[in-house]
Amino acid sequence: MAQSPSSSVFAPWDDPTKKPLIRFEGVTKRFGDFTAVDNLDLHIYEREFFALLGPSGCGKTTIMRILAGFDPPSEGTVWLDDVNIAPVPPNKRPVNMMFQSYALFPHLSVYDNIAFGLKRSPMPKSEIDGRVQEMLRLTRLEKFARRKPHQISGGQRQRVALARSLAKAPKLLLLDEPLGALDKKLRNDTQFELMDIQEKTGTTFVIVTHDQEEAMTVASRVAVMDNGKLMQVATPDRIYEAPNSVYVADFIGDVNIIEGNLRPQEPGKVLIDWTEGEAPIRAEANGGLTEGTRVSYAVRPEKIAVSAERPDDRANVVQGKIIDIAYLGNISTYHVQLPSGHMISAQMTNSRRIERRDFTWEDTVWLSWTDTAGIVLTQ
Amino acid sequence: MIRRFSWFNATSLTLGFAFLYMPMIILVIYSFNASKLVTVWAGFSTKWYGELLRNEAFLDAAWVTLKVAVISSSIATVLGTMAAYVLVRGGRFAGRTLFSGMIYAPLVMPEVITGLSLLLLFIAVGLDRGVITIVLAHTTFSMCYVSVVVSSRLVAFDRSLEEAALDLGCTPFDAFMSVTLPMIAPAVISGWLLAFTLSLDDLVIASFTSGPSSTTLPIKIFSAVRLGVSPEINALSTIMIGIVAVGVIAASLISKTRIARMTRDEQAAQQQ
Repeated sequence: MAQSPSSSVFAPWDDPTKKPLIRFEGVTKRFGDFTAVDNLDLHIYEREFFALLGPSGCGKTTIMRILAGFDPPSEGTVWLDDVNIAPVPPNKRPVNMMFQSYALFPHLSVYDNIAFGLKRSPMPKSEIDGRVQEMLRLTRLEKFARRKPHQISGGQRQRVALARSLAKAPKLLLLDEPLGALDKKLRNDTQFELMDIQEKTGTTFVIVTHDQEEAMTVASRVAVMDNGKLMQVATPDRIYEAPNSVYVADFIGDVNIIEGNLRPQEPGKVLIDWTEGEAPIRAEANGGLTEGTRVSYAVRPEKIAVSAERPDDRANVVQGKIIDIAYLGNISTYHVQLPSGHMISAQMTNSRRIERRDFTWEDTVWLSWTDTAGIVLTQ
Repeated sequence: MIRRFSWFNATSLTLGFAFLYMPMIILVIYSFNASKLVTVWAGFSTKWYGELLRNEAFLDAAWVTLKVAVISSSIATVLGTMAAYVLVRGGRFAGRTLFSGMIYAPLVMPEVITGLSLLLLFIAVGLDRGVITIVLAHTTFSMCYVSVVVSSRLVAFDRSLEEAALDLGCTPFDAFMSVTLPMIAPAVISGWLLAFTLSLDDLVIASFTSGPSSTTLPIKIFSAVRLGVSPEINALSTIMIGIVAVGVIAASLISKTRIARMTRDEQAAQQQ
């Protein structure tokens, strides 16, 4: 996951000479009084696998429908390859969409579903069959070409929908919750399949999802949305390790949030006074923060170690009592209550068998983490 | 499920069906009566069916009725489907609620009023009464039935199928013809059948709008019955009952086997 911007790594967003494939400029979409998308500026680059992530009603599906051409923006301009796409109807756009419900045509066979778009394209008749066969191979559906959509399983339907939307080789493929209807195991397999197909075809993918794990797995960049606004757009590791707000930190994965007052130390180092009678939290933060600023300190559970003895090499050490243990098989999450009343979650890998576990309920334990483990947030 | 015999169930079933079918059964039996007197049984005979086939007036009326029913139900289906599509899919436009309400008005309008107003209209525009005026009148009142049947199907229909068609390069018209229409076809067909039956049955509106040269079967039967019930009418009615029964049974068999095949396929797909 360590991605540093170098020429070998795919990171066109860090390259100022690259032109984005899609540019949203001040795009707003209103439905009556409701603002679904609020003054959005966004660049998406060619060959990207871009995820729009957010709770339902955050405007992510509206962005997708604006791109597909089903809803025109109320304000602002959307550029695709330097063409303003507002006046272009959906059937003339080099954009295809995979619908959440798959929207397979029930009266047509798998083959005819995939050929549907090609028959309406300038592609000569003689080449259509070849293209459909290629799509069937890509999605491993050769055996099911003659079946109707109701004669195949959910996972196969999902692949038909993908093949159909890829058949016309669009510049941009939109995927609306593509894996929402699949069970967890199938979903994991399909995620890797999607990434594989995206790489093979070189198509730009924009995926809409409310599942943060899915977005983190498949996407080259993730946009976290709330109330029609973009909260943060960054690579999955940046979103996870360096969220820019409490909202993003909280939305992606589990996090402990501790509020406190800031006390700057030497450059790059800060102390946070968070409760009476405990040592201040030592953290790293960039300049520009003044003494006494109210901040939220965010630290992920897996960054916190649980131990019976007080560790003396860690920057932050607190003592507390185990209230609850969530055993998840590979890991356990400990909910530890501090004397101040704060509840802190800490995660440990279960490298030993359960009967040899060190801690149990009501045990008093030490929690510790380094000064680089957490992040200081001002919003 | 309990499948025990119960006197109560058996009685109510018998009474209910007797109530529904007794009149028709009597009519069918008397159509095979040899006697000219309708109420006196004089042995089995099919001679009234033969008489019927030689009766030019009845055959003409039957032909007119059939022509009117086919043409008017076809026009009503096209217009009704278009109206339903616009009302369900057309998005918001001024007066949409008014139009949606108005489409139902002919359903509750007394037929006498519909017939009279059409008659006045035809006289006002100077249209001679004949087959054309009956067709127009039947189209007018059966169109709203089609539109009601089709719009209920369109409301339940997944909109994203149409969007997918547009997305894959269809013009809106192409999307309607290649995706929407095949999907709503069952509703369109039942709308057509409903319009066809309504037109076949109609007496009141047809009697206002028909001319001397264009008598439909219901008008013919009604005027014949006023002079006394003849066994020929019984024979004619039996034939009509037969046609309707065959149609209903065929339609239900077809849909039953289709549903059975669908369920079987889906189960097979699950097991893979």
